[in-house]
Amino acid sequence: MIHSLFLINSSGDIFLEKHWKSVVSRSVCDYFFEAQERATEAENVPPVIPTPHHYLLSVYRHKIFFVAVVQTEVPPLFVIEFLHRVVDTFQDYFGVCSEPVIKDNVVVVYEVLEEMLDNGFPLATESNILKELIKPPTILRTVVNTITGSTNVGDQLPTGQLSVVPWRRTGVKYTNNEAYFDVIEEIDAIIDKSGSTITAEIQGVIDACVKLTGMPDLTLSFMNPRLLDDVSFHPCVRFKRWESERILSFIPPDGNFRLLSYHVSAQNLVAIPVYVKHSISFRDSSSLGRFEITVGPKQTMGKTIEGVTVTSQMPKGVLNMSLTPSQGTHTFDPVTKVGD
Amino acid sequence: MTDSKYFTTTKKGEIFELKAELNSDKKEKKKEAVKKVIASMTVGKDVSALFPDVVNCMQTDNLELKKLVYLYLMNYAKSQPDMAIMAVNTFVKDCEDPNPLIRALAVRTMGCIRVDKITEYLCEPLRKCLKDEDPYVRKTAAVCVAKLHDINAQLVEDQGFLDTLKDLISDSNPMVVANAVAALSEIAESHPSSNLLDLNPQSINKLLTALNECTEWGQIFILDCLANYTPKDDREAQSICERVTPRLSHANSAVVLSAVKVLMKFMEMLSKDLDYYGTLLKKLAPPLVTLLSAEPELQYVALRNINLIVQKRPEILKHEMKVFFVKYNDPIYVKLEKLDIMIRLASQANIAQVLAELKEYATEVDVDFVRKAVRAIGRCAIKVEQSAERCVSTLLDLIQTKVNYVVQEAIVVIKDIFRKYPNKYESVIATLCENLDSLDEPEARAAMIWIVGEYAERIDNADELLESFLEGFHDESTQVQLQLLTAIVKLFLKKPTETQELVQQVLSLATQDSDNPDLRDRGYIYWRLLSTDPVAAKEVVLAEKPLISEETDLIEPTLLDELICYIGTLASVYHKPPSAFVEGGRGVVHKSLPPRTASSESTESPETAPAGAPPGEQLDVIPTQGDLLGDLLNLDLGPPVSGPPLATSSVQMGAVDLLGGGLDSLMGDEPEGIGAPNFVAPPAATVPANLGAPMGSGLSDLFDLTSGVGTLSGSYVAPKAVWLPAMKAKGLEISGTFTRQVGSISMDLQLTNKALQVMTDFAIQFNRNSFGLAPAAPLQVHAPLSPNQTVEISLPLNTVGSVMKMEPLNNLQVAVKNNIDVFYFSTLYPLHILFVEDGKMDRQMFLATWKDIPNENEAQFQIRDCPLNAEAVSSRLQSSNIFTVAKRNVEGQDMLYQSLKLTNGIWVLAELRVQPGNPSFTDLELSLKCRAPEVSQHVYQAYETILKN
Repeated sequence: MIHSLFLINSSGDIFLEKHWKSVVSRSVCDYFFEAQERATEAENVPPVIPTPHHYLLSVYRHKIFFVAVVQTEVPPLFVIEFLHRVVDTFQDYFGVCSEPVIKDNVVVVYEVLEEMLDNGFPLATESNILKELIKPPTILRTVVNTITGSTNVGDQLPTGQLSVVPWRRTGVKYTNNEAYFDVIEEIDAIIDKSGSTITAEIQGVIDACVKLTGMPDLTLSFMNPRLLDDVSFHPCVRFKRWESERILSFIPPDGNFRLLSYHVSAQNLVAIPVYVKHSISFRDSSSLGRFEITVGPKQTMGKTIEGVTVTSQMPKGVLNMSLTPSQGTHTFDPVTKVGD
Repeated sequence: MTDSKYFTTTKKGEIFELKAELNSDKKEKKKEAVKKVIASMTVGKDVSALFPDVVNCMQTDNLELKKLVYLYLMNYAKSQPDMAIMAVNTFVKDCEDPNPLIRALAVRTMGCIRVDKITEYLCEPLRKCLKDEDPYVRKTAAVCVAKLHDINAQLVEDQGFLDTLKDLISDSNPMVVANAVAALSEIAESHPSSNLLDLNPQSINKLLTALNECTEWGQIFILDCLANYTPKDDREAQSICERVTPRLSHANSAVVLSAVKVLMKFMEMLSKDLDYYGTLLKKLAPPLVTLLSAEPELQYVALRNINLIVQKRPEILKHEMKVFFVKYNDPIYVKLEKLDIMIRLASQANIAQVLAELKEYATEVDVDFVRKAVRAIGRCAIKVEQSAERCVSTLLDLIQTKVNYVVQEAIVVIKDIFRKYPNKYESVIATLCENLDSLDEPEARAAMIWIVGEYAERIDNADELLESFLEGFHDESTQVQLQLLTAIVKLFLKKPTETQELVQQVLSLATQDSDNPDLRDRGYIYWRLLSTDPVAAKEVVLAEKPLISEETDLIEPTLLDELICYIGTLASVYHKPPSAFVEGGRGVVHKSLPPRTASSESTESPETAPAGAPPGEQLDVIPTQGDLLGDLLNLDLGPPVSGPPLATSSVQMGAVDLLGGGLDSLMGDEPEGIGAPNFVAPPAATVPANLGAPMGSGLSDLFDLTSGVGTLSGSYVAPKAVWLPAMKAKGLEISGTFTRQVGSISMDLQLTNKALQVMTDFAIQFNRNSFGLAPAAPLQVHAPLSPNQTVEISLPLNTVGSVMKMEPLNNLQVAVKNNIDVFYFSTLYPLHILFVEDGKMDRQMFLATWKDIPNENEAQFQIRDCPLNAEAVSSRLQSSNIFTVAKRNVEGQDMLYQSLKLTNGIWVLAELRVQPGNPSFTDLELSLKCRAPEVSQHVYQAYETILKN
């Protein structure tokens, strides 16, 4: 199971270490630094690195490497999923997940990590429950704590943890009962030179913010559930009901959560809201060239398109470029050769 | 106000200052001080000097302070074991606290303190907590057992915690069940032999119930545990699959992949005709596709696993090619994996799309990726014959780009295409030759030289081209030098008139001026060949080469099956079995796919060839491992030359002699006597293979259609057992058994080729053994054994071989040879194959002999649980040549007097006591008398085998 966790910033300093079993020397990270050097770019560091005695599994989020050390044969996805959960929890607790914030809250971070794993086994990873055990720091609470001497550690067993609905605590009360659902879809498409679509798929999620009193039992139905190819649910959704009736029936957790994520595959026709055209030309005599991209709306069904960003990765040979947008702003980073 | 202030005090007297604060009377100050200590600890500063002061803060009602102290203790207790004892009392007290949170916290922390002295005190509180009324405490305690086991395994066993842990699997709370399973799995990992997770249908049912209700992490543990279970038939497998399928829709990708593992494994047991099988296949695709839209790290692990799944069951993802198309912003490790899978999925139906994509990739910026893309085009050409022409023209287009590394890579793959489709695309050679000067990598140069040599007769200026390479001969790498030598010899044989000088030059360069023994040897062989018999040289050097196939990059089927059992683990990421890399070789259990069960066996023909290769088509593969015979004559890139038949047979005979000589020298010339046999078989193979389930027997069972039908006549035949696992014998698996029918003994063998290359030239030899068993005829395998093929052979045996006493008596050491290597294994034969047909003694003689044999030669045995009456016993034994001489009834017990004779003339007399009509007492008592008492034990074993089967 998960042995230790090291947090490493982009300049290669280990700024936090946590061991759940015996202490693993931080020199184990040298193998990681080696791999990091070889990969040149932070994103390209391989997620699984073998060392003579351990395996290092890492994720790179918010410019921090989260490196987990394992010693035995464990499912790597389990470790990586857990690391993602750690990142999410930090974000949930502190608003942002960054080196200064983690350093500022190092004791809370440490307490939280201790609650999340026991001997390498996950213990409590739901932020609902964690927040009952370790209260997130707020300015008000810090002030109150300093004055009254009370703590930000809950002294009662979280009520929900062992019930049939472990994701929801009991006794929730709101004066304004409200629930919001955001449907976020991401279209992933490869379009070839001539502008025709090679493949396009939709990755969608429904994020919810539910603030309802008591133990509400909700149902949600879709106009055309057939469209969804593969769905994965929050544990609160009753799978049987979905299988038989294609209706989402659930007791929601309190607060923000991801209700479901779904996938619409390339086999279904995916309408792409924009078109992209390009032309590239080089002048024979000089080393200069011209690269034009045209983006325009298409099949929008009456909706306006907002916030269009074009990102283009340039080959290493490109020294600089002068950008002239017909609309909006532009940047060019000569180091990563990425133009925005 | 943030915690960063804890880092700021880096003055000289920091520790001293903290000490003072820790001992302060003010609670607040104390807490702040502990926080500072923790903060220093997290960044790796050594604050262990403060141990006593921090421990003093432990007795407090303030939970946060308590937790902080616990955190500190866990980190430093090991370095201060004596001090840590101070904390024990508080722990024990906390374990009795009314608040379950504190009870759980105490037991959790105690387990993390890795100090032997503390663990003794831990036992009692832990026992209580394992039976605590609160499930939260129970689940914490379950994990604590695993921790304790890690520190002191013996203690855990002595205290009986393992049994308590097993009981927790039946706990009413799913979280407790999940943690118990996780703890047991971890303990079992360090003790692979112990049967801790004894899975049976009842416990499986409990696990499946808990699966629906526990947390995502618990689901992973339970699914991984389920994957180790082997259902008893296809119906059970199906019902488990049905209950696991909903997990495929879980948001946690690790749960999904673990579920995929269970399904992939149990699917092996389902009949392909079943509707459910098809449904399951359809259900597997979408979750795998969805994994690819997750974060890149998850994608990478998923892709490595999909790579395995695609090789095992290509049908699952065959329509999903497009999701593997590379995105511009994928990290390089994801791109390379996607490319690999694209090639595996390439087929006639989608090749156009794939090629268009690959061509785009070849113009990317990342050099590694571009190289692999170009290589992929070549692999497509080899894999999908219809597309070869298109691929070649794509490659030519790429060569036109004149990008150096693209050109080089393209030439390397075009060489492979020539090997697959000879004499088809020579028209491109001209284009290739144009780029000769730009080649600077050895692999590309070697490939180009090979092409020139191979098609020398069609290239007008071949001699000039090769000569130009020859100028810098000594600066070239070995690979290029070898290629150049061969190419020039080829050229000479094709155009002898104008190239004599060239060949002289290269031969002298290779033999006289080179330090490389390989190069020199090859040079000398060519020289000798050319000088003695140019015709023979021509036959050897210009012999037709076997075609290559795309199967070269596939994982060996045995390994693949094992890896399928490890989906979702590190093994699947490395594509190596855990035994190859897991730390310290903690005796990893080999897993194998379950066999198809009897009910489906009748309808199912064993899979003979992997999907994608039409059955019967013989695959010629570049031999990757050292090929014993091939290397000798290996004149070219690797394939053994299939010479004229005469030569082959002489080589074959030589090989048989080799085997004989090897064995003789190994075990022959030693003086006989007390000395133990010198012949040392590979250690694992000496384990009697027919006792206990051998590793990997699951697969052999798959093919074992004969077991259980051999009892029709003659003596009892044991089911075939694996004698030589494929892993130990470069892909050759041998299983077998011994039979005796109407006076003749034979060894029934089943040879399975699990390697990727054809096996031929089989021969067998026995070491000297106790009863002189020897093959009565040579091992006859008529046709070469192609990959995945199985043959059954019955090898007649006689007992006229030379005799040497073995230990144990019935040990038989066997050497089997094929074109790859010689393999040794040993097996135990049942003694009853040696019982001769004329083993019936007459009564008088029996009586006399019984008296004659001294009493100390009598051996007593019990055969337990054998509910047979005297008649049944006697007739059953008779069919195995144990004859009942007389029968007597004494005090309601039947006494049978029996005799048998071994092939070497030893008589064994037996008295067997049977108690008929007494169902509660079913043991038979056996007394054996024999002049050679050492056989008694084995005769008894023979009795037991015959009577119990």
